[in-house]
Order: sequence, then structure tokens, then C-alpha cells
Amino acid sequence: MDFCIHSRTVEIVMTTIKDFDCCRVVCNSPGAVHIIPDLLSVKTRELFLKNRAAELDREMGLIRTQEETGRHVRMLTHEIRSTLDRHTILKTTLIELGRTLALEECALWMPARNGLELQLSYTLRHQNPVGCTVPIHLPVISQVFSSHHAMKISPNSPVARPRPLSKKFMPGEVVAVRVPLLHLSNFQKNDWPELSTKYALMVLMLPSDSARQWHVHELELVEVVADQVAVALSHAAILEESMRARDQLMEQNVALDLARREAETAVHARNDFLAVMNHEMRTPMHAIIALSSLLQETELTREQRLMVEAILKSSNLLATLINDVLDLSRLEDGSFELDLGTFNLLMVFKEVVNLIKPIASFKKLMVSLTLAPDLPQYVVGDEKLLMQIILNVVSNAVKFSKEGSISIIACIAKPESLRDVGGLDFFPVPSANHFYLRVQVKDSGQGISPADIPNLFNKFAQNHALGGKHSGGEGLGLAISKRFINLMEGNIWIESEGLAKGCTAIFIVKLRIADNLSYSEHRLLPTAQANHCQANFLGLKVLVMDDNGISRMVTRGILIHMGCDVTVASSGKECLQIVSQEHKVVFIDVSTPGMNGYEVAIRIHEKFASLYKRPLLVALTGSSDKVTRENCLRVAVDGVLLKPFSLDKMKSVLSELLEKRVPREANP
Amino acid sequence: MDFKQLQIGWVKYMNKLVEDGILDEQYKQLQQLQDESTPNFVLEVVSLFFDDSQKIIYELERALAQPIVDYKIIDAYVHQLKGSSSSVGAGKVKEVCVKFRESCENQNKEGCVFAMQNLNHEFSRVKHNLQYLFELEQQILAAGGSIPTIMLSQ
Repeated sequence: MDFCIHSRTVEIVMTTIKDFDCCRVVCNSPGAVHIIPDLLSVKTRELFLKNRAAELDREMGLIRTQEETGRHVRMLTHEIRSTLDRHTILKTTLIELGRTLALEECALWMPARNGLELQLSYTLRHQNPVGCTVPIHLPVISQVFSSHHAMKISPNSPVARPRPLSKKFMPGEVVAVRVPLLHLSNFQKNDWPELSTKYALMVLMLPSDSARQWHVHELELVEVVADQVAVALSHAAILEESMRARDQLMEQNVALDLARREAETAVHARNDFLAVMNHEMRTPMHAIIALSSLLQETELTREQRLMVEAILKSSNLLATLINDVLDLSRLEDGSFELDLGTFNLLMVFKEVVNLIKPIASFKKLMVSLTLAPDLPQYVVGDEKLLMQIILNVVSNAVKFSKEGSISIIACIAKPESLRDVGGLDFFPVPSANHFYLRVQVKDSGQGISPADIPNLFNKFAQNHALGGKHSGGEGLGLAISKRFINLMEGNIWIESEGLAKGCTAIFIVKLRIADNLSYSEHRLLPTAQANHCQANFLGLKVLVMDDNGISRMVTRGILIHMGCDVTVASSGKECLQIVSQEHKVVFIDVSTPGMNGYEVAIRIHEKFASLYKRPLLVALTGSSDKVTRENCLRVAVDGVLLKPFSLDKMKSVLSELLEKRVPREANP
Repeated sequence: MDFKQLQIGWVKYMNKLVEDGILDEQYKQLQQLQDESTPNFVLEVVSLFFDDSQKIIYELERALAQPIVDYKIIDAYVHQLKGSSSSVGAGKVKEVCVKFRESCENQNKEGCVFAMQNLNHEFSRVKHNLQYLFELEQQILAAGGSIPTIMLSQ
């Protein structure tokens, strides 16, 4: 029986008739009364099952469609997520949607830059959409934008364009959906970008005259696709951003590199300039000063003498200025280094006083020097620098005093006084064998007004309170002194109660206490230097052949101290047995008569045919007479050391030999 | 005792030895080679020198006592001693060795005997002096100080 081609009612009627027929037949037979209820129930069951089957068929159809839709969505998503090019994403979307849903037309409207319009940007069928626009505030658009659902819109609305040119009357149904355009800033921590400001509009049109309708699952597909497109577009946007940022950075990098090179060139140029000027400026200066001094010694009229004195004074000033400028530029470079040494601190002060005495007595100034009894006599530091600093400060005091006295007091700075007016950023920390030297220079001269004090240490700052052309208030003296003092981890400050009330300059510098042992002919060396190993000897494999146990031990000691890996041999035979390619240098004692170290040298030459693998040969000899020299030349040793040799001699001979060897190895 | 005093004493003694020529620059070299990894280097070398030299001196005396003196052998021994003493910095001993060798070359028995006496004298001198110096060093170390390093005069 073929039920499919009939409608349901027909089916039921036919079944019922057939059933009645059966019933009639059955009723006409005996015993039929018992099976009627069973029959009925079977039949109901049959009906029920048929309904169920039909339902399941329907559901199957639905699932299949959904699955297909899902497949399409996945494929589409995969397509658009596999590219980071905005254009490709949109094009692919439209194409795939068009194919999946069998659309007649599909269009994308993007918001215009002015934010007031939507511009037709992409279409499926028409290759070059003319840039037609619609105002963004159209009611239909606002409606679509207000919800994330895809909505049916009238085919006549302005966004349902481009209208396909067809003679058919019935345009297909049109659906529009919003596509959020996400920016980086939209992704806040907690909420999904519901509040993104910009949307694009996607419009999908079913074919005209197809009587097709939008199904729910199709609408869902469109919504999902719209979201996916949003994500893909945002990725594309981020990529564009980062590429732009990268390009920008690269440009900046290039610019910075250029700037750095220019700066370096400038510094080099300045250093070269200074180096040259240093010499060029000083030579004529010296000439002027020297000759003017000589001139002073000759017979001069009073006027002439005054003129020569003026020349001398000016040129001395100029010379000082030149030196200061050069010093300051070296300080700023950071290329200034302290020249540490042990010296007598008390002598430094005495010398400064001696230097200043002539001028002071000429000005009728009394100079007094007080040194605290607990001041160490021998200290380690930069003697020249310290003297320069003290001299500078004291000569300032002398310069600006017309009468009265200058007092110099030197002592060890006590922790309490270290928290002086020295400024809040100065925290000296005394340690085991260091101490802080405190020097106070007080004068009874012009004084300085408190307002000018901060400027004192600035370069070239003029002190207007000091009148007179020859006061020499400008210059670098104090600025440089401050720099030097800072280099010695100290500080300087000046106090004055005001004009004509004198001035006190106080500075503190860090010095180390020297061990005051045997300061006679020998100067003490810090024991840390005993471990001085050159990097290029570390691990150098060497062989020492010497039959004298003691000199062998000493040679070995020297080489080990230099960091070498030393093997010893006490005879020529042993030496030849041990020597290998790994040994870079072989020291052969040739002084013992009868041992014939020269033989060993010849054998080594023979053993190592190739030049690169042969170890360097150094002859150790006790005498440098003609015979020895000739023999050394004959066996072609690479170097000779005269016993007893020092660590330094060994180092210099070895470095020379190793240097000569290296270029040869580099060029096969 | 305060180790500073000991150190001063050590330096003074060392200076005297150098002044008298008993020790020369080479000894200071040895001192330079002594560091944390080889704290007893000088002692080891010097001890070896003492032992070695004692043997040589014994052999030399025997050789000189022979009825027929073998100058070759004596020269060989003296040469060895000269090498050792110069490596260690025993200045006077080395000087005596040089003179000794001259006498050997000239086969001058008297000269050799004289040199032998000098050798004995100088050897015991340097031995005693160095032993005293080492004792001082032990005392300094025991008192918590360190052995001063003396810079070589360039």
C-alpha cells in the first residue's frame, strides 16, 4: 500500500473503510467479538507510530539543514579568519553568504568618515559600487542597529540597493543586520562591547520571484556571520595598527641612530679639537709668560714695567682659564680619573701655605695653618688634585680680602659635623681605613651676600657684588673645585654673614689612611695586585725543561702565577717524551753544560713538521754571551730569557711571542 | 705582641738583608708569586734550596778533598749551585759561585779552597737569616697580621 501520495484525510478514510471491511468480515465469523478491542488498540498504535515517523522525518530534515548551515558558518568563519586583509574578509563574507543562502544580492554599507552617512562599500554582484550614501539616521537603519538580530526590511528601503535590474515584479525578501566595528578600546575588562559606537550594515536580498522566505535558521546564520565578521575586521584593524606602529618605530630608530652617530662625531670632533687646542693654545701662552718674565728682569722704565706686569698678570689668568676649560671638559666627559698614590698630607698643606705666602704678605694678610693632631700623616689619594683644591680655595680667600687674616684649619670630620650645612643630599659614610678630611678656610674679606651664594659654584657666574675690573670673580675655579671634590666623594659649601663680613669656605674629601710602614725607599703596594693574571695566559699549556730543581720550581711558580697550565720535565729525554701538540710553549734550559738543551730544540723542530702545531720555543739561559746567542740562533728558538727573570719579563716575552704567533694561525 | 710592631721589624730586617746583598731582587720576585693559592711558595722554594745546596756543598767538599781534583765535576756542581742561588735570590751565594767557577776554569786549587770557605760562610749566613725571617713571618701571622709586600725598585 502506498500511503505517501495521498493526503492525510484520504489515508484515514481509506484505512477506516478497510478496517470496517475487516470488521464486517471478522464479525461475520464466530468469536470475532473477542478480538475487536485488540484490533482497535493495534490500529491506534499504528497511527501513532506513523505520526511519529513523519515527525522524525521532519526533524531530521531540520537537523540536516541546520547542520549544513552550521557547516557553512564554520567554513565561512574559517575563510574569513584565515586572512588578515580587511578587503578579503569582507569580499569572502559576501561571496560565501551569497552562495550558502543563494542570495541575489548582498551588500555592505560602511559608516562614512563624517559619521553622518553610510556608504555602500562592497557588493556581491556589482563589481564597482558607485559610492552612494544614505543618511545614518534613517529609521530603518536605527532599527537594525538597535538590536543584534537580523531583521527583515522592506525591499523598497533605500539601503536595499543596488536593486537588481529585472523585469520581474516581486523583489525577494530583504534582511539587514548590523556588523559592529570593534576598536581596541572597546574591549574593557568586564563587559563585552555592547556599547561600540560604530556599525556597518549588511543587507541580504533573496532572489526575486522565488517566493522564498527567510527561515529562522537562516536569520541565525546571518547573525552569527555578522559577529564573526566583526571579530575578523577587528583583527585586521589591529594588524594594520601594529604594522603602522612598527614602521613608525623603525623610522624613529633610524633617526635616533643618526642622532647618536652625530653626537658621537661631535664628541670626537670636540675631543680632537681640545687635544689640538690644548697644545696649540698652551705653547704660545708659555712663550708669552716666559718672555714677559724675562723682560721683567731687564732694565725698564717705570711705565714699561707697569705694562709688562699687566701683560704677565693677564697671560697668567689666561693660562689658568685654558687649563680650567680643558679640565672641566674632561670632567664632563667622565674621562677624568683620580691618580691615587701615597703622599704626605701635612706637606701638602705646608706647600700651599708657602705658595700663598708671598701674595698674602704683599697684601699684608696674615695666614695661619692649624692641623689637628689626629690627622694622619700619610694618606692615599690624588695628591695633585687635593693640592689644586686647597690652593684654589685659599687663593680665593686671599683674592677677596684686602686686609685682615686668613685661617686654614684641617681636621678629621666628625660624624656629627658631617650632618652640617653640607646639604641634604650629602651622606658621607666613613669606613674602616677611610676618613673624611675637613678643611675650613676663613677670611675677613669682602664677604658674599647670601643671595649670591648658590651661584658661586656655577660656571662663569659673575659675582656682581665684587666690583673692580681685576677682581677676577668670574671663571671656573670654584666650579672645577666642586667637581674635583665630588670626585673625591666629598662636598664643599660656603658661608658668609654678608658683605664685608668675611667668608668661610668648608670642604670635606674622602681619603684613605696609608700604612705608615717603611716610607723610606720602598713604597707599599696593595696586596690585591699580587694576583695580577693576564687574561691571555689563562690556561695556556706550557712545558718547562730544566734539570735544576730549584730554578725549575721558580719558573713553574712564575708561570702558574700567570695562570698557565704547567708541566715540568727534568731532562731532555723526559721533555721529548712529554711534549705534544697541546703545549703552546716549551721552555728549555740551555745553561747546564752536558745537558744539551739545544738538542732538544732541534728534536722538537723535527717532531712538529707543520709550523702551526709546533710549540713556541723559549731558551732559558744564565748568560748572554756570544756562544749562547749563536747557539740559540742555530736551533731557531723563538725567544730567549735570561735567568733569573722576573714575572714582568716573562709576561712581556710571552705576550710578544703569542702575538706574533696569532696572525699566522689566522691565515691558513 | 702587636703585629704592627712585628711587621715594622720584618721590613727593617728585610731592608737590611737587601742592603747587605744577602738577598737580591729575585727574592722579592718570589714573594710576588706568593698568594692565596700558593701561600707557602717562598718557604717551599727556599727549603728546597737549602736541602739541595747542602748536598752540593757536601759533594764539593768531598771532591776538593780528593788527591786529584776533578775540576770538571766541581764546575758542574758550582754551576748548579749558581743556578739555584740565582733563582732564589741568594745574592752573596751566587757571587761566590761566580768566583768559584773562575777558579775552576783556571784550575786554581787555592782559589777553589778559598771560594769553598766563602761558600760555606755565605750559605750558613743566608740560611740563618732566612730562617729568622720565616720565624718573624710566623709570629706576624699568628698575631693576625699579614706579611708586608715590598715593591720592586724599577
